[in-house]
Amino acid sequence: MTGVEGFMYPNEVGLQWSVLIVLYPFITGLVAGAFILASLERVFHVEAVKPTYRLALLTALAFLIVAPLPLQLHLGHPERSPEMYFTPHSTSAMAMFGYVYLWYLMAVLVFEIWLDYRKDIVLLSQSSKGLLKVMYKVMSLGSDNISPRALHIDEKVGWIVTLIGIPSAFLLHGYVGFIFGSIKANPWWSSPLMPVVFIFSAMVSGIAGVMLIYMATTKLRGRTIDMRCVDTIAMYLFYIFIIDFSLEMLDLIHRIYEADESFRSLDFMVHTQLYIPHIVIQIILGTVTPLVLLFVTQVVKLPEQIRKRIYVISGCLALMGIFAMRWNVVIGGQLFSKSFLGYTTYKMTLVTREGSLVAIGLSILPLFILWALIKLLPPWATEPPTHTAAAD
Amino acid sequence: MNLSRRHFLVLAPAAAIAWKAVLAGTPEQAENYKMSEHWWGMLIDDPKCIGCGNCVKACATENDVPDGYFRTWVERYHVEDEDMTNPQVISPDGGKEGFPVAAEDAGKYFFVPKMCNHCSDSPCTQVCPVGATFVSPDGVVLVDPKYCLGCAYCVQACPYGCRYIHPEKKTVDKCTLCYHRITKGLTTACCESCPTGARQLVDLKNPKDPIHEFLKTHPAQVLKPQMATGAKAYYNGLDGSVR
Repeated sequence: MTGVEGFMYPNEVGLQWSVLIVLYPFITGLVAGAFILASLERVFHVEAVKPTYRLALLTALAFLIVAPLPLQLHLGHPERSPEMYFTPHSTSAMAMFGYVYLWYLMAVLVFEIWLDYRKDIVLLSQSSKGLLKVMYKVMSLGSDNISPRALHIDEKVGWIVTLIGIPSAFLLHGYVGFIFGSIKANPWWSSPLMPVVFIFSAMVSGIAGVMLIYMATTKLRGRTIDMRCVDTIAMYLFYIFIIDFSLEMLDLIHRIYEADESFRSLDFMVHTQLYIPHIVIQIILGTVTPLVLLFVTQVVKLPEQIRKRIYVISGCLALMGIFAMRWNVVIGGQLFSKSFLGYTTYKMTLVTREGSLVAIGLSILPLFILWALIKLLPPWATEPPTHTAAAD
Repeated sequence: MNLSRRHFLVLAPAAAIAWKAVLAGTPEQAENYKMSEHWWGMLIDDPKCIGCGNCVKACATENDVPDGYFRTWVERYHVEDEDMTNPQVISPDGGKEGFPVAAEDAGKYFFVPKMCNHCSDSPCTQVCPVGATFVSPDGVVLVDPKYCLGCAYCVQACPYGCRYIHPEKKTVDKCTLCYHRITKGLTTACCESCPTGARQLVDLKNPKDPIHEFLKTHPAQVLKPQMATGAKAYYNGLDGSVR
């Protein structure tokens, strides 16, 4: 049979979960990570990252809006997905999705953004005209009191929401890890470490993503990048990356040392089909390289320009590495037979419902949504460009 | 017609067996069927399987199984001497058309029919987000195709590879233990078509079912017992190399 080596159970030859299911944990990871970065300022009072606070929240929202789309496109009967809300199966980890998603979207993210932006929304509703004015009016939900006392209450409530939001972000992504980690039939997935690894890798991707978006948007707006801010973000990225890498290595070493019945199969896969995505892209390029680069910025006093470049390279590599990690989990976990006697291959189609074009579209879509959100709710004060003249 | 006492003694038991078979083919009235009185399973007497593929064909015909997918299939194992951990396994088209002649003499060859194990603690029903797949009160793992989302989480959760997404219906599909037949007093299509009796439908709640005596006196086991799924497909004489 084409693409099969050794023996697969006959129903295992075609993969059930495609690149869209790779995207889903990647996107929710960005959401959770971006939110954790935002909480650094709000809850832990890391003032240096303040310039990214609102941007991180909007980034989280943009990606969270897109998060269910790959799942919907994957379902055989997407029209039945509301059944997960109406008649959830109490023993199913996946049945939690709708509730965790709604909780995180409405009770945490949208609420926090609304509280933080309420004053701006009220002011914008007063200064804008036409449809935009109506839109801001609706967004204010009729709450137009922006007295110092009212804003103080917003601040207090916002702090509580962020406090609740941190475990919620962990829940959102830890739960995604649990979906995989709880499948005892699949030794590549079945691990209690999976939710923890997913949480830390989510933080890595979200922090790297927001850092890159902040640097890109600042550059596009012709403003100066706040180096204190990106240095601090890079420091957090570095330390969380170390924890993430340590956890993944712990998992790997444990598997190698334990060498249970599935090991030969998994080992073969890592040395063949998964060699490039796992060893080269995920570990060497996507983890070790950015870790070394970030380490250099932590121990050597480098010029600003070089640090910026290192951060951009490290951020991009980290995102690539985390995407590869999701790929290796989702696709890698389906490439071997549950009989441990054979391997299949994944052929990604181009123009199908679960093809690569759709996946690329879904990856770009959050950036357009973010652009619209930034237009609607500017995350930064409207000041004239600081270094445009100098640049000119 | 003169029937001697000798002939009568020979023919009577044969007639009795034949009559039993005739009665077995008579559908029980569905309305008399009480789910609470049954707990279905399957006995697979592995050494009896000759790899003819009749069961796979009968299942496909009875249940309209799409090409390339299998509610049941047959595997042929080839184990060379002491190399138990590395068997050579084939199942061309699920063994539907039988198997090619074994080329090598070294080691042993044997067939293993596979199907849904109708686990009582089934991981597939555990993970279904809407409960579209469930264990019926009479112990059969079923799917409600009008309710299934087609998320394939259950396919991932099944340790035995028994489920697939139906290419046209876009919902999950699997062995129903011919539920439409067994609730009418018939046996499954695979059991009925097996020429050697390697497959036998068993009712674990029926104290008169020979399965109880069989399990007491034979070295039967389930597939992947370490998965603790409460599998109810009991294999007699299963080789240790089988996965």
